[in-house]
Amino acid sequence: MKRRNGFLTAGLVLTCALAALILLGFFWTPYDPNAMAAGPKFGGPSPAHWMGTDNFGRDIFSRVLKGAGATASIALATLAIGAVCGCLAGALTGCFGGPVDELLMRLNDALTAFPNILLALVVISLLEPGKKINVILALGLVFIPSFARVTRTAFASLRDVNYIKSARLMGASNPRILAIHMLPNTAPVLLPALTIGFNNAVLAEASMSFLGIGVTPPDASLGYMLSEAQGMLFAAPWYAAGTGLVIVLMVFSVGLLGEGLRRQDKGVL
Amino acid sequence: MLEIRDLHVKFLGRDREAVAGVSLSIRAGEILGLVGESGSGKTVTAMSVAGLLPRKQCDYSGEILLDGKELLHADRAELRNIQGREIGVVFQEPQSALDPLMKIGPQVEEVLRVHTKLGREERRRQAVEAMAAVELPEAEAVYEKYPHQLSGGMLQRAMIAAAVIAKPKLLLLDEPTTALDVTIQAQILELLKRLNRESGVSMLFISHDLNVVRKLCGRVAVMQRGLLVEEGEAQEVFHHPHHPYTRRLIAAIPTRTRKEGGA
Amino acid sequence: MKSEIFTLCSPRLSEGYLLMKYALKRAAAGLATILIVSFLTFAAFSLISGDTATAMLGTSATPERLAALRAELGLDRPLLVRYGEWLLGFFTGNLGVSTSYKQPVWEILGAKFRLTLCLSLLSFVLITAVSIPLGLWSAGRRRFEGARTALNQLGMAVPSFFTGILLSWVFGVGLKWFMPGQFPDGKEDFAGAAVYLFFAAAALSIPRIAMTVRMLRSTVQEELGKDYVRTAISRGNDRGQVLRRHVLKNALPPVVTFLAQTMAEIVAGSIVVEQVFVIPGLGRMLVTSIAGRDYPVVQAIVVILAFWVVLAGTAADLINQRIDPRLRIGGAA
Repeated sequence: MKRRNGFLTAGLVLTCALAALILLGFFWTPYDPNAMAAGPKFGGPSPAHWMGTDNFGRDIFSRVLKGAGATASIALATLAIGAVCGCLAGALTGCFGGPVDELLMRLNDALTAFPNILLALVVISLLEPGKKINVILALGLVFIPSFARVTRTAFASLRDVNYIKSARLMGASNPRILAIHMLPNTAPVLLPALTIGFNNAVLAEASMSFLGIGVTPPDASLGYMLSEAQGMLFAAPWYAAGTGLVIVLMVFSVGLLGEGLRRQDKGVL
Repeated sequence: MLEIRDLHVKFLGRDREAVAGVSLSIRAGEILGLVGESGSGKTVTAMSVAGLLPRKQCDYSGEILLDGKELLHADRAELRNIQGREIGVVFQEPQSALDPLMKIGPQVEEVLRVHTKLGREERRRQAVEAMAAVELPEAEAVYEKYPHQLSGGMLQRAMIAAAVIAKPKLLLLDEPTTALDVTIQAQILELLKRLNRESGVSMLFISHDLNVVRKLCGRVAVMQRGLLVEEGEAQEVFHHPHHPYTRRLIAAIPTRTRKEGGA
Repeated sequence: MKSEIFTLCSPRLSEGYLLMKYALKRAAAGLATILIVSFLTFAAFSLISGDTATAMLGTSATPERLAALRAELGLDRPLLVRYGEWLLGFFTGNLGVSTSYKQPVWEILGAKFRLTLCLSLLSFVLITAVSIPLGLWSAGRRRFEGARTALNQLGMAVPSFFTGILLSWVFGVGLKWFMPGQFPDGKEDFAGAAVYLFFAAAALSIPRIAMTVRMLRSTVQEELGKDYVRTAISRGNDRGQVLRRHVLKNALPPVVTFLAQTMAEIVAGSIVVEQVFVIPGLGRMLVTSIAGRDYPVVQAIVVILAFWVVLAGTAADLINQRIDPRLRIGGAA
C-alpha cells in the first residue's frame, strides 16, 4: 500500500517556488532595492508595493528578495564548507577507526555541546566581524562537527556490513569502496541532515547579521534588515513582518522537505 | 477450559489473513504445543488470547472463551481484569520483554500490585517465594538486580515467576526458549513441566521447534499460513503425521534426536 | 547454573560508593573540559590581541617603548603563566580591565550575569512547564498527526528574534503592557521588570518548545513500541499505569540530555533576545564587546557561558546515571 508522502511533496513545492523567486531576485526585482523614493515614505502594503516601503521610500519587497538571495547564498556556502569537510572527516574516521577517530570524536562531543551561534560568535570575533566571507568561514567551521558526526555514525555502521566486507575481499580500493559502496547508502541520513544544516545556517546567519556582527551593508541580508526594521516598528510594522515572514517561509519549507525525506526513508507516512 | 472458535485476524493493509479460521481448545492442566514456522499465525493466535492484539490495526472475528468468558470482544477493563491474574504470558526475548530500568523483584510482583491490595512487604515475600520456586538462586539478591545484570536464562526464569505469581489458569509461552542456549533451554523445559505438574496450570506453548514441543507437550497443533493443518496427541502426530507439512517439519529434525524418540 | 550464580556476586553496600565514584569522575571530566575550553579561548584571544601594546601606542611607536609597555602589561611573560593568573581571576575577581570601558571586567559583568541568569532560568522553566505536558499529550494521539507535525515545523522555523519583534509589536506597541526597548530597573519596578523579562523569555522559548515537544513525542512513541510495554499490558496494567510505571522512566534519559542542550541553546538564544529587547545582560555585552574588539570582556563572557553549558551537560549525565543503572560505569554485573 502506497500512500503519498505529503510532507515531501509540500516541502518540494514550497522550496522550489521559493528558490525560483530568490533566483529571480538575482536578476530582476520590481524596483531597484536601493532606489530611494521608489514610493512614498513609510507606505503600507499596496498593489504597487507588496510589502510597503521603508523610511527612505525604498520598496521592501525588492529589498527582501535581494536579502533572501544573500541569506540563502551564505547559507549554501556555509553548508558546502561544513558538509564537505564534515563528511570527509566523518567518512575517514568512521571507516578506519583507531585512536585518531577516538580523539576527533571526543573533540566533536565537546564542540557540539556548545550552541552554533556561540561558537560562530567566538570564531568571528577572532576573524573580523562584519565581513561576508568571515561569516561564511565562521559558520562553515562551526557546522563541520555535526556533519562529521552524522557521517561517521553512518559509515561506522556500514563498515562491518557484509557487502562492504566482500567488496574489500574482492580487492576494491578504499576510495572506491567509500565512493561507490558506502556513500550512496549514507544518503538517507545525509539528506535530512543537509536540510537541517541549511535551516541552522539560515537562522545562524540571520541571528548574526541581526546582531550587527554578521553581514553588514551594503551586503544586505535578511537578519540585518530585520534589525533595521525593528527600529521602525512603530512607523512601518510591515517591514519587520515581511522580512520575518520570508525567513520563516524559507526555514519552514526546507524543514518540511527534511521531514518528508526522513519519512520517506523510514517508510512512516 | 480455553476454547478458541473460528478465530480470524487480518492486519489492516495486508492481503492475507494472519489467522484464517483457527479452532482450538485446551483442557485444564494440559500443555498444548502450537507449532509452525514464523508467519504461520501461531503468535498472533496467542496474542489474541492474551488480549494483546492491536485492535485498531486489525480486523478480527470468532470467539475466545476462557471458562466461558468471552475474551476476543471483551472491553479493555474486563480484559485487564483477566490479564496477569488468569492468563500469564512469557515472551520470547526476556532481555527486551523486561523493563530495563526496573529491578527484577518489582517486575515479578507487578501482577500483585495491579490486581491485589497486598502491602509492599507481602508482595516482596511472595515475589521472593515465586522466584525461589522457579529455581532462581539467591532470590533475595536477584530481587534487587536490574535485568542487564542477569543472564538470559535467569531473566527467563524471572519472567516465568512473574507470569505465575498470581496463580493463573493459563500460561501462554511464546517461544520462551528460542533465545536461550541448549542447556538452559532443557532446564527451562524441566521447570515448566514441574510447574504444570505441581500447580496444574494449563499451558499454550508456542515454538517452531517440533523437537522441543515433543518433550513438553501432551498435545500438538500444527499451523501453516494461518490455518490449523494437524492436531492430535504429541506421540501420534510425531509418529504418524497426516499432513505433508507436518512430515516436512519432522524430517527437518536432526536424525539422532529423532531416534531417541519417546520423551 | 554455576556460572549464573557467579555473575551474582554483589556486595550491595558498594552501590552508593560506585555512584559516588562515577559522579566524581564525571565532575572531573567536566572540569577538564572547562579548563581546555578556557585555555583555548585565552590562547586564541591572546594571539589576536597580542599586540594590545601596538594598538595602544600606534604603529609608529619605537620598539623600546613597545617592549616597556608590554612589560608593564605583563605581556612579555609566558602564555601559561598569564593563563593561570587569568583563571585565578575568576575566583579573586581580577579578570583584567575592559579596553573600551576602562573598568575592571569583573565589575562590569556581575550585574549582567545575574540578569542573564534570570532570563535563562525563566525560559527554562517556561520550556519545561509547557512542552512536557504538551509532548506527552501529543505522544498518545495519532489523529491530525500530519497537521501537528507541520505546526511543529512552523514553530521551529520562527527565529526567536522575529518572535521577539512580534511580541514587542503586539504586547508592547499594541497593548502597551511593556515599553519595548526600555528595560525597567528591577529595584524600582520589580513587576515591570518581571513582565518585561517574561516576554523576552517567551520569545526565547517558543522555538525550543516546538523542538522539545517533537523530541518528547518521538521518544515516548519509540518507547511505547518496545517489548516491555507489551509485557506490562499482559500483566493487566492500564494505559496510565504503563506510562507512569514504565514508559516515562525509560523515556526520561534522552529527555534530560535534550533539556541540558536546551539550557545551552537558551544561553545562545539569550544573546539574540537580549539584543531584541535591549536587555543589558551578558549576551548584549558580548555582542558589543565583539564589535568593539574588547577582548578581556569577550574572553571572560565566553568562559562564563562555556561553564554554564558544561555544567548543564554534567548535571544531565549525573541525573541520567541515577535513572539508568546501565550507565553506571563499572557497576556490579
